[in-house]
Amino acid sequence: MNLDFTVDEQRFREEVRDWLQDNAPRDPQPLEGAEKRAYDVAWQRKQFDAGWAGINWPKAFGGCGMSTTQQLIWHEEYAKANAPDVGSCFVGLNHGGPTLIARGSEAHQAFHLPKILRGETIWCQGFSEPSSGSDLASLRTRGVLDGDHLVVNGQKIWTSYAHVADYQELLVRTDPDVKKHKGITWIICDMSLPGVEVRPIRTMSGERHFCEVFYDDVRIPLDNVVGEINGGWSVAMSTLSFERGTAFMSRQIALARKVEELIELARKTPKGAMGRMAIDDDEIARKLARLRANVAALQAMTYAAISRNERTGMPGPEGSMIKLSFADLSQDLQRIAAEILGPSMLEYEYGDTGWTHDYLRSYLASIGGGTSEIQKEIIADRVLGMPKGR
Amino acid sequence: MDFDLSEEQNMLQDTVRRFFETEAPTTRLLEIYDGDELLDRELWNRSAELGLAGLLVEEQYGGVGLELLDLAVVADAMGYTAAPGPLLGHALTTLALTLGGSEEQKTQWLPKLASGELIGSVAFAEQGDAWQPDQWTLTVSENRVSGTKKNVLFPSDADLFLVGIEGGRMALVERSAEGVSTQEWDGVDRTRRIGGLSLDRAPCELLTGDSSIAERVRDAALILLAADAYGGAHKSVELTVDYTSQRVQFGRTLSHFQGVKHQIADAAAEVEPARALVWYAAYAFDHRPEEAPRLAAIAKAHLTERYVDASRTMVMLHGGIGYTWEFHCQFWLKRAMFDRSYFGSPSVHRERAAVLAGW
Repeated sequence: MNLDFTVDEQRFREEVRDWLQDNAPRDPQPLEGAEKRAYDVAWQRKQFDAGWAGINWPKAFGGCGMSTTQQLIWHEEYAKANAPDVGSCFVGLNHGGPTLIARGSEAHQAFHLPKILRGETIWCQGFSEPSSGSDLASLRTRGVLDGDHLVVNGQKIWTSYAHVADYQELLVRTDPDVKKHKGITWIICDMSLPGVEVRPIRTMSGERHFCEVFYDDVRIPLDNVVGEINGGWSVAMSTLSFERGTAFMSRQIALARKVEELIELARKTPKGAMGRMAIDDDEIARKLARLRANVAALQAMTYAAISRNERTGMPGPEGSMIKLSFADLSQDLQRIAAEILGPSMLEYEYGDTGWTHDYLRSYLASIGGGTSEIQKEIIADRVLGMPKGR
Repeated sequence: MDFDLSEEQNMLQDTVRRFFETEAPTTRLLEIYDGDELLDRELWNRSAELGLAGLLVEEQYGGVGLELLDLAVVADAMGYTAAPGPLLGHALTTLALTLGGSEEQKTQWLPKLASGELIGSVAFAEQGDAWQPDQWTLTVSENRVSGTKKNVLFPSDADLFLVGIEGGRMALVERSAEGVSTQEWDGVDRTRRIGGLSLDRAPCELLTGDSSIAERVRDAALILLAADAYGGAHKSVELTVDYTSQRVQFGRTLSHFQGVKHQIADAAAEVEPARALVWYAAYAFDHRPEEAPRLAAIAKAHLTERYVDASRTMVMLHGGIGYTWEFHCQFWLKRAMFDRSYFGSPSVHRERAAVLAGW
């Protein structure tokens, strides 16, 4: 163990800090739609032009090839600079791209990866279906072989940014007669193909970034299959382990930053008797102290996992613990914010950002990307080695 | 001694539930969330025909002459159905007039309020979470009042405001009077729209009596919010049972999974025992006024927090669909946010309860 950053790493940090300070967009990120896409891709392009695109991607594929420690430094400085959330570029940079790097053909890689890095294409994820949420492997969207095409019929749901996306990582059932995990294929769907219809879903916080996607005889060339026909489950799992692994780092650092913002909020929000602030309330002070400790502990665990990952090369199942804990702490944070803000939370206009919006959004933390219940199952089964209940 | 609601009260509750389930079903609530309309005047008129507008008003002024426990039973049913409308502020205005109005004021206002022809609304909250009578700062001189209030229910639709004044006094201000302006916000809970009230030397009529009357009105508000919270929390548990009994994953309904079942059982076990707190506080309000302030504070703090938790469990166990705008979970979740904050957060009222207990 050595808890100091090396001189090189320090120098790297300064370089990152300076660049982000001078270049991170300052205007607010739009909440949804075409404006959000335009904002996100412009920022991605700017990072690409300066050589900062694909921090977790190998150099051979056009990325920065940063070590995980460097990625950590990048994310820390990124959060400190208050740079915008990766937004609609998330799936391409953190799921689609890495999956193509791990499992795609040379043709997939040559065509798609540069476009993702340059902010030219937006990706979305077509995994969940109305009847297949936690039980993802039960998915029913059909892909039927017809010559050199798969003909796709069915429906996906909770597809973030589908209405502004160019490509989709799509899971379809290509063999309904075998065990459910064995008949699934992972295919790249061009969202402009005839028969693809996207309908945005409005969330309770008021914005539309989730969508339903309908497929009516959509003909996708077999060349777009990643991995083998009927071998899509293992491709999907490598995507999900990215989601629950390294891609998670930036959100966690953002969480730690949010804790400090909350403490600032408690310092300047009046509560109770004249002149007293929320932080003077013992109950609130204790909750903040506990939250800060829990977030620090989660970060320490993540750092340890990063070092292990450096040695072994793959994110481990502790990703589920990190995600579970992250969801709980994000929600704790928002509960405390609600306590500090009191009735002023009610003075809300839909379309506003800020604490009320964040409070509503925090409900998603334990649902999206695998519910907390599913994370607990994974922890029990794979981390603790208990018998499978399902 | 009888620890349960009377047959009449149970009937009242059923009637009100059925009324709002029929007249303002979740499809209607979604229209309200989607639209720009403020008050559903037709719904208000129909609920007034049912007697809800004048429930607390004495019969001689055209009301039904019932007690706060009865109104709490109505509030419970309205929480259960996430009923839209201004009844809370309206009922509190009639209560203030009943307790602190002169004979002339009562004769002038109560019959029209009881029939629902006029809508009343309370304007208590001021900047910085200042809801309590001892925190009010507006002053009256020569029967005119200036200053701003916030979190006023349906300010653009109300006809008569009950405004909290310095020293815990209350005054009536007509919306149509000079110097009165209102602002509408979206608000989190669009079934109970709130906004701001600005008064610039607006003509007003003070009610009689000292701050003890305003405190009674405040206590009634806390009890009604607690009752709404119980109704909503109870409904949240019901909706969760219904959904998890239908939704199939891994070849079984979710309700078969212990991890799901236990969360719902926990929610039920948190919510159901709390109902008696509301009844007891309301009964105390009607019959043991010296105990009411502390019980009202406890009930409001406890129930509204239970409601936030139960509605959180509900959204969680609905998964993605529970987080959408179209699906009905959000109506109860946002109502829980409203109940929790309106008239002050749970922590404010726990602290008050501790002081009232002499701690």
